Amino acid sequence: MTTVAAAVPDALPGRDQARWRRFTVRLFRTKPLGAAGAVVFAIFLLSGIFAGVLAPYGINETDLAHRLEPPSRQFLLGTDHLGRDLFSRVLMGARLSMIVGFCAAALATVVSIVIGVLSGYLGGWFDMLTQRLVDAWMTFPDLVLLIVIVSVVGPGITQIVIILGLLYGIAGSRIVRGAVTSVREHVYTHAAQSIGAGTFHILRRHILPNVMPVVIVLFTTRVGAVILSEAALSFLGLGVPPPAPTWGGMLSGDGRTYLYLGPWLALAPGICLTVVVYAANVFGDALRDLLDPRMRGT
Amino acid sequence: MNGRGDVLLRVEDLKVHFPVTEGVLMRRRVGSVKAVDGVSFELRRGETFGLVGESGCGKSTTALAILRMQEPTAGRIVFDGEDISRVDQRGLRPLRRRMQMVFQDPFGSLNPRMRVREIVGEPLKVHGVAGNRRRFRERVAELLDLVGLLPAMADRYPHQFSGGQRQRIGIARALALEPDLLICDEAVSALDVSIQAQVLNLLMDLQERLGLTYLFIAHDLSVVRHISDRIGVMYLGRIVEVAARDELFERPRHPYTEALLASVPAPDPIVEAARAHHLIAGEVPSVRNPPSGCRFHPRCPKVLGHCDRAEPLLEADGPARVACHLYADSSPAAAGAGQAGDLAV
Repeated sequence: MTTVAAAVPDALPGRDQARWRRFTVRLFRTKPLGAAGAVVFAIFLLSGIFAGVLAPYGINETDLAHRLEPPSRQFLLGTDHLGRDLFSRVLMGARLSMIVGFCAAALATVVSIVIGVLSGYLGGWFDMLTQRLVDAWMTFPDLVLLIVIVSVVGPGITQIVIILGLLYGIAGSRIVRGAVTSVREHVYTHAAQSIGAGTFHILRRHILPNVMPVVIVLFTTRVGAVILSEAALSFLGLGVPPPAPTWGGMLSGDGRTYLYLGPWLALAPGICLTVVVYAANVFGDALRDLLDPRMRGT
Repeated sequence: MNGRGDVLLRVEDLKVHFPVTEGVLMRRRVGSVKAVDGVSFELRRGETFGLVGESGCGKSTTALAILRMQEPTAGRIVFDGEDISRVDQRGLRPLRRRMQMVFQDPFGSLNPRMRVREIVGEPLKVHGVAGNRRRFRERVAELLDLVGLLPAMADRYPHQFSGGQRQRIGIARALALEPDLLICDEAVSALDVSIQAQVLNLLMDLQERLGLTYLFIAHDLSVVRHISDRIGVMYLGRIVEVAARDELFERPRHPYTEALLASVPAPDPIVEAARAHHLIAGEVPSVRNPPSGCRFHPRCPKVLGHCDRAEPLLEADGPARVACHLYADSSPAAAGAGQAGDLAV
């Protein structure tokens, strides 16, 4: 097997493709739950992207003749009190949630990596100072902080992304830092120092790859958490302002008001929220396991 | 230089002290751990110098200080005629090419996320001598072949190898830059005995082929005896005896060396049962507060009256050098020369 591998030239075209295919096969074979999570997440992602094409009605298109109708063949998930098609609105909600989820989680991860890696690797007074600032930041309850900032800068999707990104990023830096301090003390890091490798090289080749499992799980759980936070903010009326169809907004607005008359109004966005967050989390766990070379079969 | 061109590395009165502090806001220095406290020895080109002693006696710290991965508190480290004990990090880069280290733990010293090719080739990349892709691959294959691994293994990850193979990978990495000095810090102590012999023989073979100089640190006396030309015995941060291998094993001078050699079990159970056991009394004292005078005096079976007051210097006694008052009279001329005495053994 090894001799075959050695005989294959490196620059073979399609080698990356083959690698991806192998990875996907491995995901489905060894981590069926994670694979299911990935599929479900991809479905939501695609429906978010193609919401404009898939939605049978406009999101703000009212039909007063069909108000508060239960799910039917005409309205797949029923209608709300203004006669808007819930299916179309949930699809658009998926788009908003995905945008907020990915952008804010990406920002949060970058912030966590920068703070965590520098603080953890450099150590000393820099670490001391940064960590005390992070401590101070973390003493504020998230939601209170969110409410205060949003009421100052005003609601809007960009603000939400930046705020959630910073909020989760700073809190998450603690996790990255913990991983870095453990990797920093590994003998292979010392070995790299002994051959004369510079700080940047060590960070890039030794520290980062070995904290990646933590970072990946951090990112995927953050996607879920950020979507939830956005929903919470929208629920409180501080998220993306109506009539934009966010899941949280749908839950708090019509969903709560018409819970008895039209439970589907709350159920549809609520179930979507739960499923997306769960899917992101199981996929993240599976990814972490698969990316660890030690868990690969020989 | 001064007729000592055959000396590759000279360590003079090396000290590495770690401060012990107390207090949270107002850090006070309340003492220091004297991990290495006045160590001197030299390495000649092409020889293997074994450094032995029990855990915590400062062997590894000495190695780290030579590589300048641990800042020396005092003393001089002269490598190939150049004092490197005060060179800054930038100046150390070219030196790093000439001194490499093989680490104890073959499982921890290889990055689990890098392929063997990347690990072995890393020094080449770091020092910008990797060349093009083809050259790089050829060089890595050459290095793997040199340490007895198949070049085809370059695409594997460390976890796919056994302990002995991993240590070979570590040796290949250390050899990538064609260093002059290889520091082996307990390089075989994590391996099975049969694998130890293989790796030791590989090291000796490489020394012959590449003209390497080894500083070989170990606590296993049989291993040191197998590979070393000369041996230094350390106790509590100091060298107590330096001698050629056979001299040391056949005629140990320092009582600590004697006790150390006596602690090696005989392979024959009948001989072992009949053998008289000279156990050293007591525990190793704290390096934070070492005993006065000779550091071994509280445990020494041959202690003299003034051993707790005067610190013995490392002085010549026949072909060996020993720091013990028992031998002080035999070489009065060496008084004042200190551990850095110019009498090479």
